[in-house]
Amino acid sequence: MSVLTTIGLEVHVQLGSKTKIFCGCEVKFGSKPNGQVCPVCLGLPGVLPVLNREVFRLGLRAVLALGGEPSTLIQFDRKNYFYPDLPKGYQISQYDHPLGRGGQIEIETPAGAKKIRLNRLHLEEDAGKLLHDQSPEWSLVDLNRAGTPLAEIVSEPDLESSDEAYAYLTALKAVLRAIGVSECDMEKGQLRCDANVSVRKAKADPLGKRVEIKNLNSFKAVKAAIDHEVERQSAALEKGETITQETRLWDDEREKTFAMRSKEEAHDYRYFPEPDLVPFSIDPSEIERERAALPELPKAKKERFIAKYGLSAYDSGLLTQETRISEFFEETNRLIGNPKTTANWITGPVFAYLGARNLSIEETRLTPALLAGTAGLVQKGSVSLQAAREKILPDVLEQGLDPASVMKEKGLEQVSDDSALEGWIAEAIAGNPKVVAEFKGGKDGAVMFLVGQVMKKSGGKANPGKVQEMMRKTLAGS
Amino acid sequence: MKPNELTAFRLAEAIRKNELKPEDALSSLEAEIAAKDGTIRAYVAFDPRRKKSRPASGPLAGVPVALKDNICVEGEETTCGSKILKGFVSPYNATVVEKLLDAGAVIFGRTNQDEFAFGSSCETSCYGPTRNPRDPERVPGGSSGGSAASVANHTAIAALGSDTGGSIRQPASFCGVVGLKPTYGRVSRYGLIAFASSLDQIGPFTKDVRDAALLLGVIAGHDAKDSTSADVPVPDYLAALKGDVAGLRIGIPTEYWEKAASADLLALKDGAIRTFEKLGATVQPVSLPHTRYAVNVYYIVAPSEASSNLARFDGVRFGFRDGAARSLLSMYENSRGQGFGAEVKRRIILGTYSLSSGYYDAYYLRAMKVRTLIKRDFDEAFKKVDVILTPTAPSAAFKLGQKTKDPLEMYLSDIFTISANLAGLPAISVPGGESADNGLPLGLQLLAKPFDEAALFRAAHAFECATDFHKKWGNVR
Amino acid sequence: MSSIDLRHIARLSRLHLSDEELNYFEGQVAQILSFVEKLKDVDVEGVGPTSHPLSLSNVFREDAPKPSLAIEEFLRTAPKAKGRFFEVPKIIEDKS
Repeated sequence: MSVLTTIGLEVHVQLGSKTKIFCGCEVKFGSKPNGQVCPVCLGLPGVLPVLNREVFRLGLRAVLALGGEPSTLIQFDRKNYFYPDLPKGYQISQYDHPLGRGGQIEIETPAGAKKIRLNRLHLEEDAGKLLHDQSPEWSLVDLNRAGTPLAEIVSEPDLESSDEAYAYLTALKAVLRAIGVSECDMEKGQLRCDANVSVRKAKADPLGKRVEIKNLNSFKAVKAAIDHEVERQSAALEKGETITQETRLWDDEREKTFAMRSKEEAHDYRYFPEPDLVPFSIDPSEIERERAALPELPKAKKERFIAKYGLSAYDSGLLTQETRISEFFEETNRLIGNPKTTANWITGPVFAYLGARNLSIEETRLTPALLAGTAGLVQKGSVSLQAAREKILPDVLEQGLDPASVMKEKGLEQVSDDSALEGWIAEAIAGNPKVVAEFKGGKDGAVMFLVGQVMKKSGGKANPGKVQEMMRKTLAGS
Repeated sequence: MKPNELTAFRLAEAIRKNELKPEDALSSLEAEIAAKDGTIRAYVAFDPRRKKSRPASGPLAGVPVALKDNICVEGEETTCGSKILKGFVSPYNATVVEKLLDAGAVIFGRTNQDEFAFGSSCETSCYGPTRNPRDPERVPGGSSGGSAASVANHTAIAALGSDTGGSIRQPASFCGVVGLKPTYGRVSRYGLIAFASSLDQIGPFTKDVRDAALLLGVIAGHDAKDSTSADVPVPDYLAALKGDVAGLRIGIPTEYWEKAASADLLALKDGAIRTFEKLGATVQPVSLPHTRYAVNVYYIVAPSEASSNLARFDGVRFGFRDGAARSLLSMYENSRGQGFGAEVKRRIILGTYSLSSGYYDAYYLRAMKVRTLIKRDFDEAFKKVDVILTPTAPSAAFKLGQKTKDPLEMYLSDIFTISANLAGLPAISVPGGESADNGLPLGLQLLAKPFDEAALFRAAHAFECATDFHKKWGNVR
Repeated sequence: MSSIDLRHIARLSRLHLSDEELNYFEGQVAQILSFVEKLKDVDVEGVGPTSHPLSLSNVFREDAPKPSLAIEEFLRTAPKAKGRFFEVPKIIEDKS
């Protein structure tokens, strides 16, 4: 059965401050259990929170970059519930007066560009971690993550497919990385996502019952979970079953969602204004200063790449997801002076290399000068494109070697020397009179056979372009 | 005179002049506690061998200061008078502890309190009740009953307590000592185990007004660890003690005294007015119409905040846990069910109810709005007067067990003190009279505008000099 | 004050109350609630809520690291610990 799907995403992003949101503990990944804790983030009796200025600034930067409005009154609230990873028995979050409201993310869909509206961005503290798998009787509590600063970005239910959700997350991540508020490294849990999914049969129908899916730890999981959930819900609709509003967990291995068997009563978080923190407001001049300091955002950069460099929307999109990549492109292009060639090198062999090894570009030895040098060898005809891509570039990426030296060492240099080529050409003509006659009889393609003969004689080192050019000249003169 | 009978000011002076050694003060307290605290039970822990001090030449050099059991001291058990905190050893010092130590004070013992400071009689502690040294059949008031009783009994030179709805002033009144609740934000709350975050303040119990000024000068001031701590300069409070109130404008709130119709309180009022007029102050009526709702507001705001503040006592990281519980839920419910006493449970239930969905607007939000109106009443009144004068408590100390059956009646013991917490105002209780029925002390409460503790000290000190109740009660010999 | 679901509130508060306690509290809590109901008499039209008695705003700390706590020592006073962790009973789904 075909159904209409409605999706809203709640994305939790770890903000890149040095210390936690309400205490001076360093935010580090991979420390010893309970090694990054203090009386404040342990929730000991008598302690008080004080807001990290940098967390607030990073949050404001995100609000502005996403086109939202900072709130006039900003306040923190307590969200009350008991869980061993939540030391105080409440999470300090924002309910009525978030840091910012509104904004949008533009995504590409097969039907063209689409704006996904944002509802709000608020600041909150992360919880700790529980280790469940060591025993059937007990769990262990590690509070290193407790108090890590998070921004929660809530979209409106404007997404209509798992592909759109994927595109939304990709675009959101690109913006957050470009403005330097978060690394968004999902493997380190720096970006986590909950999806609200509902289906209905027809546009005229009211929105279906909303199912919240938690535990989505990769973009792929988001896509797969939404697909699975849409299928599950539409099958239920088809059977005439009603869908219950509930929270389900995504199981990455079994690729299924499961209802959370919560035997606790319906959540009643008893939000109220956090009395240990004062209200906040932002001076308009500070907002302007922060806005002015925003770098070029991925969408604007993509448009500029299309206009300035004459690149396709596709290539421009690929090159502007990451600031490091777009900077690398522009620097390399300055040296090469050919945007299309530069783009082909980066989106082709360089991306393939990074993707296969799950590396980012600065984790290699490649520099714009080295890439321009490699491309330059091809441009000058010193080496074939294939040899440059397959035999020179990997060594440059891995070891930062000079491309010309690699070429020489591996004997990849093409022979463009006229006297050497003239000899092989003469031999080829002399040895294949029949083919020569065919060519002269008007079969232009026959020249390629003769070029091939020269390539063979040169052991593949002759420059094929040059050979063809000289071959035609020689044949025309004979 | 025995060192333990000195005021903090006199003791510090004697130590500075080498007339006494700090050890003399502590050993005379030890002897006094051994002799007198068996009956009164002001202390829950006292051990001179575990004393903490720093080499300092500050204003309290060598002066022992007792602390209520809800102020965290590094390396010491701090329990709020609750079984649920048994075994909790604080790994840090409260900011007031740091300030006391820097001023040369000696920290040596913890005083009893109502469990989690919920109470007005000091009867709900897991260590059992504290008794009033003026009459051991009676309560010392609460929640900081141990601090009040220790100062009244000369088993402490001075003590700190905390005041959320009257928990310093009411026991000060019952025990005939001086108790000060500073302006909200004047003294850091960092390290004070929270009851109601928007109401709590730490303050001193002392034998006279000068000591209160001395102690506040030490513990007051901005603290970067407390977001609600005000960055307001701390004046030299001792300089405010001129003994002169000529021209001071004193307000008598009609609504308060309407409720204070007993013969004792009328006598207290008449005596106070006469004293202040004689000293050259002007006395005039003021109106605080919304303060009649103060107790109602308080019993929404305080339990609501408390229900959330006490969620961290969950048996996971510190304190008491029901070791027999096999599931997480039963561990929570049993640890808290067994660890908390009846009054604490009652207030958690009340607060959880007020905050729960469907009731928030009717209770919590409405209470916060009425709180605004109460605050505005005071803002208006302080345009006309410098200080407002009220009784501290509806009566002198009542008997043990007299009010434990009826929580509402107990809650009404704070009827005159609660408004200052809701509005964040500084307020002091000084011995102001005695009950005609039983000769027990009655406190006089003075309130001032935010951060004007100096006005309180000036008025209270002049009153003290003119009336000598502090001497009558034997605080100062 | 209509009767309140004290069991539900106790569960939300994670407080085990005996039947005796439930009975004992029910009357008292109802009495206190009817006492605070008097707030309904106050006209609060157009009045904003006061959650802090002081009008402080924008209080921050700088993003400067402070040393962490020596957890081994603190764990010695914890109700139950294993290695560098706090230990809790596993979440068992209770029938309700």
